[in-house]
Amino acid sequence: MDFFLFQIFPYIAIAVFALGSILRFDRDPYSWRSKSSQLLRKKQLIIGSVLFHLGILTILAGHVVGLLTPIAIWDALGVSHGAKQILAMAAGGFAGVFCFIGLVILLHRRLFDPRIRATSSFSDIAVLVLLLVQLCLGMWTITVSMNHLDGHEMVKFMEWAQHIGTFRGGAHEYLLDVALVFKLHITLGMFILFVWPFTRLVHAFSAPVGFIFRPYQVVRKRAK
Amino acid sequence: MSYFIDRISYFAQNREKFSDGHGVTTEENRAWEEAYRGRWAHDKIVRSTHGVNCTGSCSWKIYVKNGLITWETQQTDYPRTRPDLPNHEPRGCSRGASYSWYIYSANRLKYPLIRKRLLKMWRAMKEQHSDPVDTWKAIQADPILRMEYQKVRGRGGFVRAEWDEANEIIAASNIHTIKEHGPDRVIGFSPIPAMSMVSYAAGSRYLSLIGGVCMSFYDWYCDLPPASPQTWGEQTDVPESADWYNSGFIIMWGSNVPQTRTPDAHFMTEARYKGTQVVTVTPDYSEAAKFGDIWLNPKQGTDAAVGMAMGHVILKEFHLDNVSEYFDEYTRKYSDFPFLVKLEKRDGRYIPGRMLRAADFDKNLGQKNNPEWKTVCLDEKTGDVVVPTGSIGFRWGEDGQWNIQPNNAKTKKEFLPQKTLLGSEDEILKVGFPYFAGAEHEHGYFEANDQGGDILDRNLPVKYMEIDGDKVPVVTVFDLVCANYGIAREGLGGDNVASDYSENVPYTPKWQESITGVAADKITQVARAFADNADKTQGKSMIIIGAAMNHWYHMDMNYRACINMLVFCGCIGQSGGGWSHYVGQEKLRPQTGWLPLAFGLDWTRPPRQMNSTSFFYAHTDQWRYETLGVNEILCPTADKEKWKGSLIDCNIRAERMGWLPSAPQLQENPLDLVRKAEGKGVDPVEYVTERLKDGDLRMSCEDPDDPANWPRNLFVWRSNLLGSSGKGHEYFLKHFLGTQHGVQGKDLGEEGRKGSEEVVWHDDAPEGKLDLVVTLDFRMSTTCMYSDIVLPTASWYEKNDLNTSDMHPFIHPLSKAIDPVWQSRSDWEIYKGIAKKFSELSPGHLGVEKEIVLTPIQHDTPGELAQPDVKEWRKGECDLIPGVTAPAMKVVERDYPATYERFTSLGPLLEKLGNGGKGIGWNTDHEVEFLKQLNGENKEGRAKIVTDIDACETVLTLAPETNGEVAVKAWEALSKITGLDHTHLAKPKEDEKIRFRDIQAQPRKIISSPTWSGIESEEVCYNAGYTNVHEYIPWRTLTGRQQLYQDHPWMLDFGEGLVSYKPPINTATVQSMIEKHGDDNVPHITLNFITPHQKWGIHSTYSDNLHMLTLSRGGPIVWMSEPDAKSVGIKDNDWVEVFNTNGAITARAVVSQRVNDGMLMMYHAQEKIVNTPGSKITNARGGIHNSVTRTTVKPTHMIGAYAQQSYGFNYYGTVGSNRDEFVVVRKIEDKDIDWMEGPAEDSIIPGEAAE
Repeated sequence: MDFFLFQIFPYIAIAVFALGSILRFDRDPYSWRSKSSQLLRKKQLIIGSVLFHLGILTILAGHVVGLLTPIAIWDALGVSHGAKQILAMAAGGFAGVFCFIGLVILLHRRLFDPRIRATSSFSDIAVLVLLLVQLCLGMWTITVSMNHLDGHEMVKFMEWAQHIGTFRGGAHEYLLDVALVFKLHITLGMFILFVWPFTRLVHAFSAPVGFIFRPYQVVRKRAK
Repeated sequence: MSYFIDRISYFAQNREKFSDGHGVTTEENRAWEEAYRGRWAHDKIVRSTHGVNCTGSCSWKIYVKNGLITWETQQTDYPRTRPDLPNHEPRGCSRGASYSWYIYSANRLKYPLIRKRLLKMWRAMKEQHSDPVDTWKAIQADPILRMEYQKVRGRGGFVRAEWDEANEIIAASNIHTIKEHGPDRVIGFSPIPAMSMVSYAAGSRYLSLIGGVCMSFYDWYCDLPPASPQTWGEQTDVPESADWYNSGFIIMWGSNVPQTRTPDAHFMTEARYKGTQVVTVTPDYSEAAKFGDIWLNPKQGTDAAVGMAMGHVILKEFHLDNVSEYFDEYTRKYSDFPFLVKLEKRDGRYIPGRMLRAADFDKNLGQKNNPEWKTVCLDEKTGDVVVPTGSIGFRWGEDGQWNIQPNNAKTKKEFLPQKTLLGSEDEILKVGFPYFAGAEHEHGYFEANDQGGDILDRNLPVKYMEIDGDKVPVVTVFDLVCANYGIAREGLGGDNVASDYSENVPYTPKWQESITGVAADKITQVARAFADNADKTQGKSMIIIGAAMNHWYHMDMNYRACINMLVFCGCIGQSGGGWSHYVGQEKLRPQTGWLPLAFGLDWTRPPRQMNSTSFFYAHTDQWRYETLGVNEILCPTADKEKWKGSLIDCNIRAERMGWLPSAPQLQENPLDLVRKAEGKGVDPVEYVTERLKDGDLRMSCEDPDDPANWPRNLFVWRSNLLGSSGKGHEYFLKHFLGTQHGVQGKDLGEEGRKGSEEVVWHDDAPEGKLDLVVTLDFRMSTTCMYSDIVLPTASWYEKNDLNTSDMHPFIHPLSKAIDPVWQSRSDWEIYKGIAKKFSELSPGHLGVEKEIVLTPIQHDTPGELAQPDVKEWRKGECDLIPGVTAPAMKVVERDYPATYERFTSLGPLLEKLGNGGKGIGWNTDHEVEFLKQLNGENKEGRAKIVTDIDACETVLTLAPETNGEVAVKAWEALSKITGLDHTHLAKPKEDEKIRFRDIQAQPRKIISSPTWSGIESEEVCYNAGYTNVHEYIPWRTLTGRQQLYQDHPWMLDFGEGLVSYKPPINTATVQSMIEKHGDDNVPHITLNFITPHQKWGIHSTYSDNLHMLTLSRGGPIVWMSEPDAKSVGIKDNDWVEVFNTNGAITARAVVSQRVNDGMLMMYHAQEKIVNTPGSKITNARGGIHNSVTRTTVKPTHMIGAYAQQSYGFNYYGTVGSNRDEFVVVRKIEDKDIDWMEGPAEDSIIPGEAAE
């Protein structure tokens, strides 16, 4: 079971995530959007959305940097595992609170505003619920982590992630004895990646960053 | 190549900056642009048309891509015309071309909707009762529950529902109503079947099978010109637009051809290129005015005065001074000019009376059959009194003599009918003619021309004849007409006649000047040119005439003045000439094939049909507010003792005498009546007759406010009854629907005025008569807003149907280019679904039931000879004989649980009784057999009519117009009665059978049939009256000729034996409002309220789409003249309030030079759902154009059982005129605009909104 969940499933999830996103972006560009419900009700959205996005982006960045940066680099920088563990818990916890408040506001709005509820698809509601559950699991891990502030558990996750990332076998072995909540968190995380291309989450790839820097007029040339 | 690769190669892309770095060129993938280009691609083209609102009947190409409508363009493949006649195509207009927008617009109704309060009640009560019919009964039994949903009608509160639940409520309500009150309490309104025959037939077939009532529309819309049945015995028959091209002289009179007949207008332009002279008569500078070589602009409502003056010129110059040979021959043969009229003495003065009949003479002049219905004239050569063939007495009870060859019926030899008695007279007598134009109008707006009295005596040459032992003075119609027009004739002398056009004597050109404002010389010039052209071309002068003239209370005078000009000049029935009344373009060409389908005549006869004007007048309680007294419109020579009651009294008398139909019919449930009669072992007809005589059973019309007589269920489909055609809108809201309304006037009881002699008066008027209002529409119209259940219907590109018009001779389809969108269904499927549910729920409540159906005495049946005199059984003047002195009564058996099965198959009566129309019948065995093979048989072995295409094939197979074999049979049937062979008109096409797929391939020209008075041929265009003139088929009138003299006692009593000018009536709706609101410190002005066809809109489009809102300032607008606006401080685009005792409108003012002073125009059918603020006067939201109008019925339209003046559905009956109305207009300051955004507060549950 662990072998499937932590050695096989991550590849399936990532493959679906990557290929699915690319295919949807290419084949169905008109569906590539955030499905904002701002027109239907603005008030609750602003505060909820800002809190949620700030939180989730910080957490996401933390996970990527924290898990995928090779341990050697941390060591070279002189950041101890314990310090990294505390940094992760503090930053993650703080952003998690932001994210939690934002998510609850958004979910409330989505479920209890009749107009937004009526225009929501199953996936719109499911995504919010998934993220909320995942967030709660993540916050719960902080309490578990309190028990091993030296960061040795964290190293297991880094090893696991980096083994996966570098296509090495035996990744799952790092997770055999970690607390259940971590396993749940990771499994759900992989599941979110798995469903990602089929939901509005795809809009994360299309933050209009270039918009700020581009010239006023963009002319697409005639195809050669 | 790929959007993804474009993304990941973002930094590697070749970009070139330009304009100092403000722009950049990239090489990104542009494939997505195809989606925008492809928007205008298509993968198939389907033929359809706009057949719910528009009668233009243009064939369209509908472009479809991936199952979505992309756009539409005009079809150009109409069959070609002959050389020297422009082709029909392209037909279409901007309204139709923009229609596809509606299909996917936000305005589209997508799901069934039910009023939430009703649905909640329904679900709660159904828990208790489980049976749907019992559930409905329980809701209706509780007056508080009933009121609870009635009073929020029109105030929002719909919820989405399932089809099954909606159908269940409707069927339960229908069953309950039939069981409790009677089937005649279920009514349905849908107009103009020609636009989409099967969609109309869906509802009317369902209603007819269950015994419900189909409501008329042509008369209610006031598009029916009663002058047509009066003159020709024909509802309306007109030349096709291509025939304009054959004309030499056209008067476009109150008809805005370029605006409202857009697809036909090219023929007008082409005619003008050819050299046809065009005169436009329109009070405002409309689009049509520019088509005229001459533009006459009489004051609105005074057209009859113009027509009378023109008639004066024509008669004088072409019938008296220099007799036109053609006119003389034509009028002797084809008009009632030579027929003899008795003079009667009243109050010491001779007045024109009844037409002489064979029965007036010794031994009935040898006529055994119907001598009292055979009119007579003199033979000019021998001086003998002759009974010519062709009068209505020859139509029934004998064969072979009903034709208008100028033959003496006795000798069968031709004779010369004598037009005038002048020169051969016994004496010259003074005869009194009523004069109405001297009366002062309440607002002084319509000028009076006082001639020193309301009866003008003129000299007439008379002959004395022995009648019933008396010597009676007799005149000819021609002499009467000449005297009526006030023309001095040599050798006659006398007063009130003019020998010079410049004399102010009725009806000279000079006389009309002060009334109409048109210069006398213009009248003379136009009249002379019109007649001169007709003389030289043998009748190729035409009058195109429209609603503007027909919507006045005295529309008959406007119309008859014009019709007379055409008859004087021999234009009727001649190609390029004639009377072109294009209002509603109602011509349902395959009519006789459609009737069995539409009214279930294949299963039960007769169907219930009602004239809407009288119905709504009574049941929306507009009669309770009647201000027009019968005495105000009575002829000065009439016996005033006979006319003491009110207008509704006339209507009640008409219903009792079987002149007009009734709905509901009797005070008791017709099912119960038959049950009671059979319980007693009596014939139900006898039983009802006896009880009516005893007075123990009353007809419903005598007490419209008694709950026993209320209509209970209303279906509206293909119509915007409450947003457009409902004259007296606010009365509908108050009494019919029981919701918030703006009625300001007090009823007669409150005012202490004398009410009626016949009607039962209830001090408290009922509010909310209707239990259930169901509307089928594809958009949220004003009517939907006021309904309880709204069913989404397929629109014009989503169903299969048939379409015809009187503007061209083709039949073509509506086709299903795409499936009905969202959950909408075609009308056919909707009613099929209701019928199915009805059948399911019936057992236990309704089984095979018998009921008694009342029908009025009908035109084109032997009944039209029923009442030579006016005698009332109720007053003991005669016995009650059903079908003779009273409505006909028939026991009908209905198999209620089999309603669905009957709906979807062709019943046995077609084989048993045959089919027919307009007085002739033929055998249909062959066609029924053919349909069994074509549509398939059901398990009972009957031909199926399951799909809309089955229904189309049924119509096409049964109709002579689309089945040559039937056409020949029909002509044979007519030939038998006329004694002349007419089959040559259809023989060459005997093998032709037009089927649905044929017309999908290309529009098809129909086959000539006796249903219509024109023919389809390669020689001439379709022209009304053609077969009367060229085949000697009589007009279906008393004399069989064009009837210019109307001798029914009621016509004479209301001064309409002959045409004259009658000024608009006084509606008395303004003064009390000025007294009440005049001290508000806001300047106000009183204006005449005119409601023409909408500019840019109307037909194929509605006022609620973005194009129309953009062109119309976003919502309701009214047009007024610059001086009027200035006088009360109104500037263009200001908000104004328009009101009178009937209610109030809020709108923006358009101030325009185009509009006459004293006139306020509001285009009709502007929805009140967009941009309509509240009114200070009514404290309700501003209304629609009909919020300030009220129906006023006219007694002469109620006449029945008298030759051409006999009832026919949409043929004769009261009409809903509305243009005599005046309103008060004043400005509303912008700061005072109230959008009424608050919730509806009146609920038994505090704080609950309308939903």
